[in-house]
Amino acid sequence: MQAHQRMLDPTPNGLHSGESPLLQTLGLTKRYGDFLANDSIDIDIWPNEIHALLGENGAGKSTLVKAIYGLIQPSAGEIRWQGQPIVLSGPSEARSRGIGMVFQHFSLFDNLTVAENVALGLDGKESFKDMSARLEQVSKTYGLPLDPKREVWQLSVGERQRIEIVRALMQDPKFLILDEPTAVLTPQEADQLFIVLERLKAEGRAILYISHKLEEVKRLCDTATILRGGKKVDTCNPRLETAASLARMMVGGEIKEVKAAAGRKTTVPRLVVNDLSLAPGEAHGVRLEHISFELKGGEILGIAGVAGNGQDELFAALSGERLSKDPGTVVIEGIAAGHLSITQRRKLGAAFVPEERLGHGTAPRMKLSENALLTGHAASGMVHHGFIDTAATLKTVDRATETFDVRKAKRDPEAASLSGGNLQKFIVGREILRNPAVLVVSQPTWGVDAGAAAVIRQALLDLATAGAAVLVTSQDLDELAEIADRIAVMFHGHLSAPLATADASREKLGLLMGGSSLDTKEAAHAVGA
Amino acid sequence: MQLVLEKRAERSNTIALVSPLIAIGLTIVTMTILFAILGKNPLLALHAYFIAPLTDGYSLQEIAVKATPLVMIAIGLSLCYLANAWNIGAEGQFLIGAVAGSWIAVKTQGTDAGVWVLPAMFVLAAAAGALYALIPAICKVKFGASEILTSLMLVYVADLFLDYLVRGPWRDPHGFNFPTTAEFDPVATVPLLIEGGRLHLGSIIALLVVAGAAILLGRTIKGFEIRVVGAAPRAARFGGFNANQLIILTFAVSGALAGLAGIIEVAGPVGHLQPGISPGYGFTAIIVAFLGRLNPLGILIAGLFLALTFIGGEQAQIAMKIPLDVTKVFQGILLFYVLACDSLILYRFKLVFPNRQVASGTH
Repeated sequence: MQAHQRMLDPTPNGLHSGESPLLQTLGLTKRYGDFLANDSIDIDIWPNEIHALLGENGAGKSTLVKAIYGLIQPSAGEIRWQGQPIVLSGPSEARSRGIGMVFQHFSLFDNLTVAENVALGLDGKESFKDMSARLEQVSKTYGLPLDPKREVWQLSVGERQRIEIVRALMQDPKFLILDEPTAVLTPQEADQLFIVLERLKAEGRAILYISHKLEEVKRLCDTATILRGGKKVDTCNPRLETAASLARMMVGGEIKEVKAAAGRKTTVPRLVVNDLSLAPGEAHGVRLEHISFELKGGEILGIAGVAGNGQDELFAALSGERLSKDPGTVVIEGIAAGHLSITQRRKLGAAFVPEERLGHGTAPRMKLSENALLTGHAASGMVHHGFIDTAATLKTVDRATETFDVRKAKRDPEAASLSGGNLQKFIVGREILRNPAVLVVSQPTWGVDAGAAAVIRQALLDLATAGAAVLVTSQDLDELAEIADRIAVMFHGHLSAPLATADASREKLGLLMGGSSLDTKEAAHAVGA
Repeated sequence: MQLVLEKRAERSNTIALVSPLIAIGLTIVTMTILFAILGKNPLLALHAYFIAPLTDGYSLQEIAVKATPLVMIAIGLSLCYLANAWNIGAEGQFLIGAVAGSWIAVKTQGTDAGVWVLPAMFVLAAAAGALYALIPAICKVKFGASEILTSLMLVYVADLFLDYLVRGPWRDPHGFNFPTTAEFDPVATVPLLIEGGRLHLGSIIALLVVAGAAILLGRTIKGFEIRVVGAAPRAARFGGFNANQLIILTFAVSGALAGLAGIIEVAGPVGHLQPGISPGYGFTAIIVAFLGRLNPLGILIAGLFLALTFIGGEQAQIAMKIPLDVTKVFQGILLFYVLACDSLILYRFKLVFPNRQVASGTH
């Protein structure tokens, strides 16, 4: 058995012979109903190793780590810890054995301080004072500066992630799982994180690093296990692979290149924002501060920035979900629209695609035809004298299905039954088929498989070629580099002046994303540094 | 082996239709046990409840008469509930409608007022019911007050107001001091459909309300708005629909229908205003609305079924001395099972046979 496992384990440098892996899964399987989220997965994780777990959305990465962290019970298969089979009753047992995890979505209480949040997440019995002291010491040791007395809502996303990492490190884990840690970081913050991770590795710990950013994985990781459709495709040394070969393994085929049409011309300004300031709608929201930009027909403007810097608020102000007192702050097709409702803005030729697909962009438990009506009722001839033209709504579904290759089980299923990529294709298709003059889209390919992402990016480029003005908010700098003509950065509710894409290096964007040129950097960074 | 509740990929339309029937079945099983505990022959009791009322013409008419207010109120409530607005005070809106309509009947009593009286009573009753329902709706929209509490509390205000009127200013001087108004004049009375029978025009109105609601919800953009605001509030706002406006609208419509049902009951089967004109129609209609899946046609069927339990309960009391309160127990158990069975629309039971020993899962 052991010998067989060794054959399956193509550890690149062969350093591990003679000892057992720190953590090992054997034939780990997780079944949800008829769906196999993990299909007999074998993975070996060794000390002194940063092991990447690669795969598209829905490939089974989250399921696998949840099983390793004790959050779910596998349907079949075995987990071995230091050579011994174990059954984890829950995360606290995983933690007590030395397995730590940092989630992509933080579980922090906004109104509590850093120290209070850490105390809530620890299982130990030490006093709050001792714990605070240890917190400061750990954060200093690893170069993760934190002020224990600050309340979480005042902190940047990067700082919040530091809390989660420090909280995990305070338990002195032998094995740390990180789920897409750089998704919320600026390039510079990511570099700092990599230094910390290298150090943890040098201390003899093992790290399982979940990501879909291939360049990052090539740079940081010693081993990569690739999952696709719930199965393990391969384990390899990412440094010996190219980004393209890793992508092929993840996707299982070639990804279509997105091509911009040659000779795209910009025309008249179609979306103009003049000195837009807006108080936040909810507690701890971001205030929009004097935002101005002009977007012409035939042009794609990208808005980069770390999540939570006012992108959601800007989307709401542009769509009309939140109104501005001054009509002139938002001008659509030459008409002052700041005070107009979302329906009136749609009638002016604007279309919107929000970040959240289920519950915002669509009503999850309603059919696609009804979700076509959701945004099409204003201006697409779907309603006559208050009565719904069901044939027209179904026709929109059929056209979106055909044009954007939406895969679904039947003609008119519920929105929630579609996969993320297919639902996003439907939503983008629904809006593009209305021939909008202005399209405002937020995170167009977030959590979408590579094939669907290519279709959506191509559609945005084609729409701009046809003369529309397109505003794309994204946290994915590669995506913006691929499709945007200019890129601006949001930080603390301010929008930087747009840079031409050719001129917008990762370093420049990273500095703007950290707020450097705006001189509003938080003093908290100084603590412990 | 363990039994788990597992989420379905898509809601099951079959179960959505069958779930009320499962609920009724479970209720009957529970009632059988209850009858046995009460020392009554369960078969005879069930016969008295569910079969006997269906065997003679008088009882059949009476079922339709009782179903009329239940269906009208439940249709209004279903619009509220679909839009996530929780109107629990239909009983109060029913009573206020009855009072407002009766005002015209009382004031025109003994005059030679013409055929306009009954339509005017209907209009005033509907308007009063709507205005009364707007109180909790506006408190909700303006101040964020829980409409569940305010609408419920206003039931008692309406109840006591009616009580005051029939014991005070509107009491029939020739009524031997009973708290009641005089019998309404013929022009202020809902006409019967069958001479000498019980069935009246109100049942036709209830059917029209059902048809109207079916068209509203199934075919119009307003109906879509109501459904989407309840099902996905954020998506509704993105669609350009205003949830607050819909709270106001659905409460007003629901109050108007309850008020109209109130005056039809008073000017129809009862014939005068008195306390106790409602055996809890406004509350039973909540059960009707959910048993009918918040669907107009379903509500029609559920209304007839709940009316059957009222008539059956009376017959069981007469024939077998089963307390009338058992009917309310029955209705309560039914609502409980309906809501429980509804989870099967989105979930399904599954037996799991783990192929190895694991500690019981957290999922």
